[in-house]
Amino acid sequence: MCNNPLLKDPYQLLDNYIDNLPYKKENLIVILHHAQQLFGYLPDKVQWHIAQKLDIPSAKVYGVVSFYSFFTMKPRGQHVANVCMGTACFVRGSEKLQQEIENQLGIKTGQTTSDNSFSLDSVRCIGACGLAPVMTVDGKVHGRLESTEDINQVLAKYRTEARD
Amino acid sequence: MKLKDTAALNALRSKSLALLENRRVSNPITTMEAQGKPRHIMVCGGTGCHASDSPEIVKLLKEELDRRGLSDQVEVLQTGCFGFCEKGPILEIHPDNTLYVEVSTTDVADIVEEHFIQGKQLERLLYIEPNTEKRFASDLPFYHNQLRIALRNCSYIAPENILEYIAADGYQAIAKVLFKMTPDSVIAEIKKSGLRGRGGGGFPTGVKWELTRQGEAKQRYIICNADEGDPGAFMDRSILEGDPHSVLEAMLIAGSVIGSTHGFIYIRAEYPLAIHRLEIAISQAREYGLLGKEILGSDFCFDVEIKYGAGAFVCGEETALIHSIEGARGEPSVKPPFPAQKGLWGKPTCVNNVETLANISPIILRGSDWFASIGTEKSKGTKVFALAGKVNNVGLVEVPMGTTLRQIIFDIGGGIKHHRNFKAAQTGGPSGGCIPTKYLDTPIDYESLISIGSMMGSGGLIVMDDSDCMVNIAKFFLEFTVDESCGRCTACRVGTKRLHETLTKITEGKGTLDDLESLEKLSKIIKDTSLCGLGQSAPNPILSTLEYFRDEYLAHIVDRSCPAGVCKSLLKYKITDKCKGCTLCTKHCPANCITGSAKELHVIDEERCLKCGACMEKCHFGAIIRH
Repeated sequence: MCNNPLLKDPYQLLDNYIDNLPYKKENLIVILHHAQQLFGYLPDKVQWHIAQKLDIPSAKVYGVVSFYSFFTMKPRGQHVANVCMGTACFVRGSEKLQQEIENQLGIKTGQTTSDNSFSLDSVRCIGACGLAPVMTVDGKVHGRLESTEDINQVLAKYRTEARD
Repeated sequence: MKLKDTAALNALRSKSLALLENRRVSNPITTMEAQGKPRHIMVCGGTGCHASDSPEIVKLLKEELDRRGLSDQVEVLQTGCFGFCEKGPILEIHPDNTLYVEVSTTDVADIVEEHFIQGKQLERLLYIEPNTEKRFASDLPFYHNQLRIALRNCSYIAPENILEYIAADGYQAIAKVLFKMTPDSVIAEIKKSGLRGRGGGGFPTGVKWELTRQGEAKQRYIICNADEGDPGAFMDRSILEGDPHSVLEAMLIAGSVIGSTHGFIYIRAEYPLAIHRLEIAISQAREYGLLGKEILGSDFCFDVEIKYGAGAFVCGEETALIHSIEGARGEPSVKPPFPAQKGLWGKPTCVNNVETLANISPIILRGSDWFASIGTEKSKGTKVFALAGKVNNVGLVEVPMGTTLRQIIFDIGGGIKHHRNFKAAQTGGPSGGCIPTKYLDTPIDYESLISIGSMMGSGGLIVMDDSDCMVNIAKFFLEFTVDESCGRCTACRVGTKRLHETLTKITEGKGTLDDLESLEKLSKIIKDTSLCGLGQSAPNPILSTLEYFRDEYLAHIVDRSCPAGVCKSLLKYKITDKCKGCTLCTKHCPANCITGSAKELHVIDEERCLKCGACMEKCHFGAIIRH
C-alpha cells in the first residue's frame, strides 16, 4: 500500500487523480477517500497537500476529515478488525465479542497493537445481520462469532498471515 | 448498442424473454429431462450470503458442472437477496422449483450428483420448519404473508445483466412516461397512489416531485439517498445489490418529471458490493443509451453520478446529505428553504430514498389504483422490514402496510430464538422506540407507530427477548446518538451526552428516582430545540422504554438489580449446594476468587468477583446461579 518503494510517489499519484477529476473542490470527500487508500491514513502533511492543490483553507480539509468517521489521522496496523456495533449484533452479543477481542489483542477499541499487526475499531452495521454478531477483518466478514474459540480461530488466521 | 426508440427496447425485451423463460414456470425435476432446456442455479449474492462464501460456491458449482459435462445444460448465476438471510447461503434451481438453504462449499459435489445427475432433491439441504419438522423445497412459510413490490426482482434476476432486467419489464415505465404521459399526469399518478417516503419521514413522494418542479430554475437535481445509516436496516443495500436498474429507472422517471438532467446516488462507503453492482448497472445503462443523451429517441437527457458517504449517520438527513455531496461537513441546515426550493448548489433538489424509488416503476406500469388498494387508509403499498435480533428467521421481509407485528415476528419470523419470551420490538433505529407485547396486534403504518411512541424509520425491526435489559438498550442507542450528533445544536450535542451519563449511572446501580424525572425533562428539551430529525428523535428510545418498561428502571434504582441479568455492576453470582466440589470453576475464574477444596461446597468472594460469568458457563451441575 503506502510503503511499497516500487510504487510511484503517492503524492504524484494523488495529484494525477485530482487533475483528472471534472470538478475539484466539490469532490473533496472523494479525493480524501482516494488519499486514504494511497497513504493508509490522512496525516497533517497529506491534508495540507490537498488543501494547497485545491486552493482551499487547510482548516476546511481538517474540518471534513475530523467530521467523518471513515477517515483516520492515525496510521493503521497491518490488519484492521472492525466489530459491528449495529443493533442486531448488539442484542446478539457484540459487546462480549468486542471485549474478548480487546482481551486477546491486548488493546482497546480505536488502538493499534504495539507490533503494528492489528488495529481494532467498531463499525455501525454492515448489514450482515443474519450472521450476528459479526466482525470484519480487512473488509472480509466473519459471522456468528459466539465463542472464544471462534474469535481465536479468526485472529490466528490473520496472525499467521502477518508472520508470513 | 444504443436503443434508439421504444420499438428497439421492445425488440430487445422480446429477444431477452428467453433468459427468464424457465424462471416463470415450475416443473418437478423429472419432467425437465424431456424438455432439454438449460436450467438455472440462482445463488444468493447479497452481502450476508457473500460473507458466507457464496462467490466460492458459484465458482465450485461451475467447475463441478463442467467436470461432469453439464455446463451447457445448467447455468450458474449470482442473484440478489432472497431475504431469508438466517439460512444463507441460499440457492434456487429453476425451473425445478427447489430451494436449498445453508449450502456450503462442501455440498457442491452432492448437489450436482443428486440433483442434476440422479434427478432427485437433496433432502438434507431443504428447509426444515422447526415446529412441524416438515421439509420444504418451495413455498416456504417465510414467504407466505409477504408481498414483494420493491424487492420484486431481488433473487429473481441476475442484477449484473441489464437484459434480464429488460426482460422483466425493465425500462418500460420510463418509456411510458416519456411517450405516453405528461409530467403532470405522472405526478398525479404518484400522488394518487399514496406512495410516501420510505426513508422514515413518510412525506408524500408525488408532492415532493411537484414542489421541486415548481418555480424557475436552469438546473434541478434528483438525489437517491442510499446512506442507510440505521444500524440493523439493510433493505436499501439489498435493493441496490439485487435490482440496481430499478433505482436508475425511477431516477430517470423523476428526472424527466421534475426537469432534471443530472442525478446523484449518495451511498455509504461501507457497502462495497452495492457500489460495485451500481457501477456495472450504470455503465450498462449508458451502453444501451438508457442513460445519457436523448434517451430512447426523446429529447430527454439524464445521467447519474455516484457519491460516497464517509461514515456519518446524520448524512441521511437531506440537508446534511446535500452538504456532504458539496464536499463539506455533513451538518444539517434550517428548513425552510426546503431542498425542493433551494438544495444542491442552491438549485431545486428532490431527495428520494432507495426503497421509495424501487416502488415507482410498478406504480407507473400497474397504475395507482392497484398500489392504493394495498395497505391502510393513510399508508399505501408495502414496507420492507429488516427483521433481526432474537428472532428465528432473520431477514428482509416485505409486507403490506397494516400487517401486525405479531404476523411479522411470529408467522414470518418464526418466533423467538431458543423458545424464549418476546419482550419488545424496536423499530425506527436510534430515532424509534421499543414496542411492548400489548401492541403486538396493532396494524403497523406510519401513523400507528408514532401513536405508540415509535416510528417507521427506514424499517429496521429488532426483536428483543427477556434476556435483554431495556435500560441497557436505551443506553446503547444514546451512545449511538452521542457519537453521531454532528454537534451543531447544543441541546443535541450536550444533551444526549448528559442523557447517556444518567443512563450509565442507572445501569451501574448508582441511579436515584430524581434521575428518571431529569431524563424525561431533558428529553423534552432536546426534542423541542434540535434542528434536525436526529436530535428531535434521539430521546425516543428513552421515552418509550420509560413509558413501557418503567418497572425495569425502578428495579435498577430501587432494588439495585437488573431483572434481565445484563448490567454487570448489579449482578451477583452464588454457588448453591448443588456444587459437587469438582474444582472446575476455580480453574476458569480469571480473578481467582473462588475457594473450596475438592468434593466440598465452593464459595465466591463477591468483593473480588469480576462478574464475567465464566464459572457459570463452565459448571457441569448448574450449581452456580446469577441473581
